[in-house]
Amino acid sequence: MDDLIAGLAAAFRLIVTADPELIEISIRSLQVTLTAVAIGCLLGLPLGAWLAVRRFRWRRGVIATLNALIGLPPVVVGLVVYLMLSRSGPFGVLGLLFTPTAMIIAQVIIVTPLVASIAHQAMRELWAEYHDLLISMNATKTQRILTLLIDGRRALLLAALAGFGRAIGEVGAIMIVGGNIDGATRVLTTAIALETGRGDFALALGLGIVLIVLSLLISGASHWAMRTERQGRW
Amino acid sequence: MIRAFILALLMPLAVQADTMRMAVTTSFNNSGLADVLLPAIEADTGLQVQLLVVGTGQALRLGAAGDVDAVLVHSRTAEEAFVAEGSGTHRREIMYNDFVVVGPVDDPAGASDAATAADALTRISETAAPFVSRGDDSGTHKAELRLWDSAGIAPEGDWYRPVGAGMGAALNTAAGMGAYVLSDRASWLNFGNKDGMAIAFQGDPVLFNQYAYLPVNPAKHDHVKAEAAARLEDWLVSPKAQALIDGYRIAGEQLFTFNAQR
Amino acid sequence: MVSALPLHLEAATLRRRGRVLVGPVDLSLDARDGGVTVVIGPNGSGKTSLLRMMHGLQRAEGQVRWALPADEARQRQAYVFQQPIVLRRSVLANLAFPLRLRGVPRPAAFAQAEEQAARFGLTGLLRQAAPSLSGGETQRLALARALITQPEILFADEPCAALDGSATREIEARLVEAAQSTRLVMATHDMGQARRIASEVVFLLHGKVHETGPAGAFFAGPKTEAAAAFLRGDIVE
Repeated sequence: MDDLIAGLAAAFRLIVTADPELIEISIRSLQVTLTAVAIGCLLGLPLGAWLAVRRFRWRRGVIATLNALIGLPPVVVGLVVYLMLSRSGPFGVLGLLFTPTAMIIAQVIIVTPLVASIAHQAMRELWAEYHDLLISMNATKTQRILTLLIDGRRALLLAALAGFGRAIGEVGAIMIVGGNIDGATRVLTTAIALETGRGDFALALGLGIVLIVLSLLISGASHWAMRTERQGRW
Repeated sequence: MIRAFILALLMPLAVQADTMRMAVTTSFNNSGLADVLLPAIEADTGLQVQLLVVGTGQALRLGAAGDVDAVLVHSRTAEEAFVAEGSGTHRREIMYNDFVVVGPVDDPAGASDAATAADALTRISETAAPFVSRGDDSGTHKAELRLWDSAGIAPEGDWYRPVGAGMGAALNTAAGMGAYVLSDRASWLNFGNKDGMAIAFQGDPVLFNQYAYLPVNPAKHDHVKAEAAARLEDWLVSPKAQALIDGYRIAGEQLFTFNAQR
Repeated sequence: MVSALPLHLEAATLRRRGRVLVGPVDLSLDARDGGVTVVIGPNGSGKTSLLRMMHGLQRAEGQVRWALPADEARQRQAYVFQQPIVLRRSVLANLAFPLRLRGVPRPAAFAQAEEQAARFGLTGLLRQAAPSLSGGETQRLALARALITQPEILFADEPCAALDGSATREIEARLVEAAQSTRLVMATHDMGQARRIASEVVFLLHGKVHETGPAGAFFAGPKTEAAAAFLRGDIVE
């Protein structure tokens, strides 16, 4: 109980004093996660739509694989990316290990299947509705996918938000590939793990509260943006 | 507007110029000494040292793989093997601190009455009082295993709990279970969650914990920043470093003793 | 302009899971302007399937041959569904959609869409979300959208089946108007409507073309007993 109250007090203090380290860590968290989610959406949303639209031989297999990949343990992703990027690994020459780029790569791998799967579910419903119309209007495959992506944007926003939620709170993979280096790859979750390790629950909890507020803000902001956009168009 | 925002987000991802990476042990980082040394290093040498905080085992693996430029660890046998296999150029002793046995305040095993560290561990095993082991192949873990060995005990049973975690996490676990645990003094003093826990045994010279600095061998990994690693070594054995290391205090206690040969 | 018509069907058959929905059908559709071919027949006789097969919504066995390559022919057709399908967009965006698919730049497409809306009495609804329209409005939008590319041939599958009397009258009037410049192929179960607008009749029974002919002759005296019974309102099996 004392730890909880001390944690809330610590969080409040960190935020009102605009603690420079907290701000730096928060911005880096957002940088890494937003970049990863953006790339994950760039890959996952069209992939989900494409899987909803195209019939091909291995489609069921791909969908099943995708759903299985959602359950991929982040720690394992982190370990594999680590081994790939290590100087003695296949991509070692790039020198990416323990950089934010490595963290983004790991998070893209974690986020993309989730985004693609949710997008696929939503797109499948929309495709059932639009199928005859788009075929009738002779839309090309690209046009079909674009139409689904545009008209299903609310469902896709939810897919992106789910990806963001998974990425921003993720610690296992980015701890391994980022190394939690102070001033270079330390983000909110790894800082929380560190402070917990040091027994400094108050600071850990403070950072945790900042993390929660941050994800609430992002989710609220995107919902708001989507609503105003919709009203503007209709 | 949006593009400017995205650019602002991406900008700081660029790598800074004069940086090097050093793998250090959890215990060293938890001591807080790094927070004193790193700014001084940057001010004196212009070198930004990025710390990777891991166990000794992983620190040496990172060095062997070429993923860091130097390591600062405390496990003599493993360090000598590291140099022998050509992963490091040499081993330079910098400073030492010591281990303490931490346990519940009421000391159910009576470890505080022991004459030697081996005796203290014998008492713990004989009373089957819970004991948390790091179990992560770290320097502290290896030191603990050496101590059991010297006491002639193979630690096994319900009372012996390897947690496979860093020092802070192991201390948290021990505090939660009312268990004994071997910790370096620095981590213990800096630990924030000491409720119901106290030092049960300390002072035996076998508990001394020597830290050594090992630059990664540039002959094995040509991307290694050997020049920066050499500059850092020069600084670590300088009188300035000595003053900072010997002068570092937590709760009025000196943690580290500088003992580098110049 | 080269025409996509005539359309020839030879032994064209549509199946779903092995069951024949319609066919085999041998049928020709000529290029006459102002021609309205009405497809009639009992429920389940394959009216919808025949239209879908002609339009190429589903792949058929046998031959469905246009005078142009399939892709070009498709560009000159449009289809109005019994349950109108609208995009989850504004009425304006729905109208402009077929033009946008054809690569018409956005401002030009929207300008044309507004003109089309004026023609179809949709101007007041332009900014509304299409899914929020009433049944009659939705079908009016679907028809306006289908005609915005000035198709050579328009398929309409019971376009008034889900509508009330006044909406039916309005859609029918617009179809007749459209048929001035577009070859119209319409399925209907409304015999009154068929008599009013047909110039040619295709009578389907059990998935096969049972009788075809000019509308006047067909309604005056069908050649087959089944067609006569159907026109009398008997149950045809």
